[in-house]
Amino acid sequence: MNLVVLLKQTFDTEEKIEIENGAVAEDGAKFIINPYDEYALEEALRLREAHGGTVTVLSCGPERAAEALRTALAMGADEAVLLEEDGLPDDGGAVAAAIATAVVRLRPDLLLAGLFAVDTGAGSVALQAAEALGLPHAAAALKLEIRDASAAAADADGGGSGGLAAVVQRDTEWGLETVEIPLPALVTAQQGLNEPRYPSLPGIMKAKRKPLQRLSAAELGLAEAELAPRTGRIALQAPPARAAGRRLAGTPAEQAAELARLLQSEAKLF
Amino acid sequence: MSDVKHETVLVYAECQDGRLRRVALEALGAARLLAGEGGSVHAVLAGGGAGASAGEAAAELAARGAEVVHVIDDPALAQFAPEAYAAAIRAAAEAASPSAIVLGHTAAGRELAPRVAAALGGGHIADVTAVSLTDGGGAVFTRPLYAGKAFEQRRFLPGVTQVISVRPNNLPPAELAEDGRRGDIRALAFAPPPLWTAVRDVVRRTSGRIDLAEADIIVSGGRGVRSAEGFPPLEALAQTLGGAVGASRGACDAGYCDYALQIGQTGKTVTPKLYIACGISGAIQHLAGMSQSRVIVAINKDPDAPIFGVADYGIVGDLFEIVPLLNDQFKDLLQANG
Repeated sequence: MNLVVLLKQTFDTEEKIEIENGAVAEDGAKFIINPYDEYALEEALRLREAHGGTVTVLSCGPERAAEALRTALAMGADEAVLLEEDGLPDDGGAVAAAIATAVVRLRPDLLLAGLFAVDTGAGSVALQAAEALGLPHAAAALKLEIRDASAAAADADGGGSGGLAAVVQRDTEWGLETVEIPLPALVTAQQGLNEPRYPSLPGIMKAKRKPLQRLSAAELGLAEAELAPRTGRIALQAPPARAAGRRLAGTPAEQAAELARLLQSEAKLF
Repeated sequence: MSDVKHETVLVYAECQDGRLRRVALEALGAARLLAGEGGSVHAVLAGGGAGASAGEAAAELAARGAEVVHVIDDPALAQFAPEAYAAAIRAAAEAASPSAIVLGHTAAGRELAPRVAAALGGGHIADVTAVSLTDGGGAVFTRPLYAGKAFEQRRFLPGVTQVISVRPNNLPPAELAEDGRRGDIRALAFAPPPLWTAVRDVVRRTSGRIDLAEADIIVSGGRGVRSAEGFPPLEALAQTLGGAVGASRGACDAGYCDYALQIGQTGKTVTPKLYIACGISGAIQHLAGMSQSRVIVAINKDPDAPIFGVADYGIVGDLFEIVPLLNDQFKDLLQANG
């Protein structure tokens, strides 16, 4: 199976975010693989172990994103592609168009990505790419199984097109839902899908010799309109500071009574 | 808004169990702001055999300022197949020719918005927490980055079809239209696309449980809760308050509760009116997910816990002692309020 994982390098979730001159300060910051993408990668590695095939990781980002790709190779991915962010606008639509074009060349049976990236938090790019590629998707996967589509379809509605299908248990607001979609498809990973492995020492050594291809947006031959930004940032700000409030005093019973009173009379919540 | 252009804004009015979700009215409010005085707002209600309740939802949308409510009722929409729902929104967009489409940034909305945006060659601004108009009439969208450690303002470039998903609980819901105007409710013809998604099974969450993203009040537990058995007092308090239960990453990682409850930079970002943090130290990754709540209460044994730095009211003490006492206090208070 040809497994492709979309991966983004993000700030460590424990990092403080400092804003300098309208941009996030990167000096000395620690970068990690977006945690949700790490679940996607781990799942791809497990699927390869079960069904054979190759795992290719693709990241669109600046040069430092190559570190995240090396980490992914050290975890066990076979190949990596760095789609250089230079020449791409800061807009999910344009990035998705570029990613979709790069993904087509990789001919995936299954495309995996995180539910969202913890930096921009939009969860938009992978799904926009799926739309551009004409692929079905199942979002927020907690379990993923690959099976014969014909077998499953036979006991359902007899769609029976043959080929493979993904059976995905997913986390939604209306419950735990199990869906089946035909491959090729996109599946996005939710926390709880698996426990990602750490890169092993031999893995790290091997990763140095694995292929990491660099691809520029220009090489993709996209139409100008596709690379044009649809949205743009006007400003970036730190959140309004929150002043520390008041500590309540007295016995536990007095504190509880005082809190209820304050929430009613001062905060006007009840 | 400029005087010459007549903008139409389309709202995807999400329902759950046949009832309009509150976020649908918040999206409608944003749509009315974007459409401006001279513009108009359309809404699309999509479902499969929703029956009588769709009529109620449509009437409410119409009363709150939707000039046209497009009702699509098709068996393909009986369950959530994202390709079918995205197609339903596109069908309504074809009928309404909107310059912007507004959805809730919910489990369904976050799947639909990118697909609709990409299909229309438009742009998507996701997880919007505030919308404002500039003097020139342009719309500015505020959205959190790093789960609230920073905020950005974005805009759409001219001529681009705008797709906006708005975070539940942040924008004011649409008010009743003046002079009791009533919009036009119409059935919309719909040819569903070939279905990719076959829903095999849905295991409903405990009925009556309030969704974290839409909860007005959240009682949240951390490592200080010490075990899965430590959560029932928090659940009892949440129930008294009509709120939801959340958790820190520490509590989820320790296996005290399901990851579905996790609040933080990984997990859910919430903005309730009241957030009660019990036994949560306040790691930066947790603060990112909840520090925009209107009122924060912290209960923690450790007087130096960072959570006190963002709490409006802090109680240094044993949560197992305090939480049941609070539950009694609120029971009395809410009973007195009738």
